[in-house]
Amino acid sequence: MDSLIPFTTSGSLVDCVDRKMLVVLRDGRKLQGVLRSYDQFANLVLEDTVERIYYRDFFAEAWKGLFLIRGENVVLLGEVDLDKEDDVPLRQVPWEELLPYHRQEIAAKKKREEVKAQVLFEQKGFCKEGGEGDGY
Amino acid sequence: MLIFSVFKTLTDQKVTVELKNDLSITGVLKSVDQFLNIRLDKIEVFDEARHPHMMAVKNCFIRGSVVRYVQLPAEHVDTQLLEDATRREAAAQGKR
Repeated sequence: MDSLIPFTTSGSLVDCVDRKMLVVLRDGRKLQGVLRSYDQFANLVLEDTVERIYYRDFFAEAWKGLFLIRGENVVLLGEVDLDKEDDVPLRQVPWEELLPYHRQEIAAKKKREEVKAQVLFEQKGFCKEGGEGDGY
Repeated sequence: MLIFSVFKTLTDQKVTVELKNDLSITGVLKSVDQFLNIRLDKIEVFDEARHPHMMAVKNCFIRGSVVRYVQLPAEHVDTQLLEDATRREAAAQGKR
């Protein structure tokens, strides 16, 4: 049974506990915090979490605190390399400054997806997708 | 269970995972579980400029439910064997 441990969610995430992690959620939000706990559904507990938004070469952070994230909303959990993090060629700006640009980008993306879905539906015989929270 | 077994045989191989949000990540397959959640090491993101949040990430866990495709190294997949195993499993299931 011991040999099967790498083939379980719990076996593969155990070394990420107490590390700074990036979590991408299905609604497109990016969170960074310290992973404190998880389970087999990828339900996660993140401590000292900040939300990050990006636009071109800029990013901004907003303090959020403690999260318990339900697994179904998780897209990806990445370990942040603290050495690499220092070399990232992005500039931090105040949250309020970046937010309008970020919102604009999300709106443009949503619009594009709508147009795409409409074309697929009308011309290519695809069914309409639910679009339930899939903004990532 | 068959596909899970296939992935298990591919650990330590380089694979490319394409997510439903068009994010494409290449990395070394470290582990996979029953939900086909995937753990990748030494990742490289295709078109990183479009996904700046991934720049500082070196390894990641991807939830199986958001994966669209996994590109496998063809030389490490025996499709003939897989076909036989599929038939065997289907036959075993029919008997039950």
